Amino acid sequence: MLEDVFRDHWGRVLATLVGFLGDIELAEDAAQEAFALAAERWPRDGQPANPTGWLITTARNRAIDRIRRERTLLAKTEQLERERRDLSQEPMDATAAFPDERLELIFTCCHPALALEAQVGLTLRTLGGLSTEEVARAFIVPFETMSKRLARAKHKIRDANIPFAVPPEHVLPERLDAVLAVVYLIFNEGWGGGRVDLAAEAIRLARSLVELMPDEAEAAGLLALMLLNDSRRAARFRGGELVLLDEQDRSLWDEAQIAEARQTLERSLALRGAGPYLVQAAIADLHTQERRDWDQIAVLYRRLEALTGSPIVTVNRAVALAEIEGPAAALALLDDLPLDSYLYFHSTRADFLRRLGRDEEARAAYARARQLAETEPERRFLESRLNDLTPPAAGC
Amino acid sequence: MKYALLAYSDPDSARERRPGEMHPGIAAVLERPNVSGWMRLQPAESATTVSLAARKTLLTDGPFVDSKEFLGGLIVVEADNLDGALALAAELQELDLTVAIEVRPVLEQVHRGA
Repeated sequence: MLEDVFRDHWGRVLATLVGFLGDIELAEDAAQEAFALAAERWPRDGQPANPTGWLITTARNRAIDRIRRERTLLAKTEQLERERRDLSQEPMDATAAFPDERLELIFTCCHPALALEAQVGLTLRTLGGLSTEEVARAFIVPFETMSKRLARAKHKIRDANIPFAVPPEHVLPERLDAVLAVVYLIFNEGWGGGRVDLAAEAIRLARSLVELMPDEAEAAGLLALMLLNDSRRAARFRGGELVLLDEQDRSLWDEAQIAEARQTLERSLALRGAGPYLVQAAIADLHTQERRDWDQIAVLYRRLEALTGSPIVTVNRAVALAEIEGPAAALALLDDLPLDSYLYFHSTRADFLRRLGRDEEARAAYARARQLAETEPERRFLESRLNDLTPPAAGC
Repeated sequence: MKYALLAYSDPDSARERRPGEMHPGIAAVLERPNVSGWMRLQPAESATTVSLAARKTLLTDGPFVDSKEFLGGLIVVEADNLDGALALAAELQELDLTVAIEVRPVLEQVHRGA
């Protein structure tokens, strides 16, 4: 219970501390002390009126004490001297309004000068409030590895002076893209496992982004996309078996989440959004309609193709085209796509071939897809598709 | 804060330039007040590496890191933060596309006037 409260405050508290102390490690240590103190006191004395303010002030005081201690021990540098001066001018009031600097923090954590895996880990640790151990578990790497990875990133931020700031206008679009890519990567990682609920983490992060950057259409687009995909989570598996969209039990879809997604989508459209996340969200929305408007879906996939130039999008457009013009036209669209190591390329092709009655070729394509499958449910699903085909003629 | 920009050149595409001959755009960037100093180096073939082998000084012909690209020059710049240094590096890189630039924060530096 208290843990949930902490999770909600962590990013906010840490961000303010990083802004104030100029160092993520120092801020983390101070925040941890403050949260430990809260865990001890709040259940006994009750939660303070302004918990965020209380946590920030407490952490700040701890950090100052520590800096002073170290300063006397090591005759610390001018920078700390300056910080001390700044502090003495500021009142230590737990009810004072502290600037919300989560946005600065997320742009620091997702700075392209850091390795992508470090960006992802750091974002989950600092803004998501996951422990290093949870982050390690989520990405199935040993604790030591994750711990080193995070430490190295924090040191680079400090030593190379990666700015703690929202990027200026002229680089904002590309830097925001990097942030959104990290959030979406966290979300997609969440589909695979269920070790730590990364999909929920990504949605939380995106909600904060939309709150902090209300004018960014793509942030809203990404949130809508993730909400829509996640809303069908409970229906995607039945008894451990993968269930395709058409066969899903719609009563298992999260209606409240779909409603939130549609609102977010509207908002993104109202901001004149036209980026890839918004287009994908619009497609996902069309897929949740009872009767699917395949023409509209195909049009949007074409737009997405133009935006991303990705052959994976072409595979999706082929699926829509198969509904409109039939599997032969759709199959032609897949010719020569450079996607031999992409499972859905082969399973989609196999499906078209099966519908055209070209069972031998379908069998080969399903077999290739099965080789590429990474999870048991996927493998079993492809297996059952293979079994549904007419058996090869005797002697083959 | 100071950053070192280490410019690596590709010998195949980097034209041989004599001292004083420099891309005019790059020369203009190097004139800026936030550039604390710079130097161009002779090609890697002229390098001699001093190292230690069996407790004795060993001289080897050639650069320490043996790669196709060679360290062709070094620029020290003053910037508010990494983004400032990266922006300058990107600007230089766009002027001469054959060059890759490694940006490193400077730990300590002494500069005795030239």
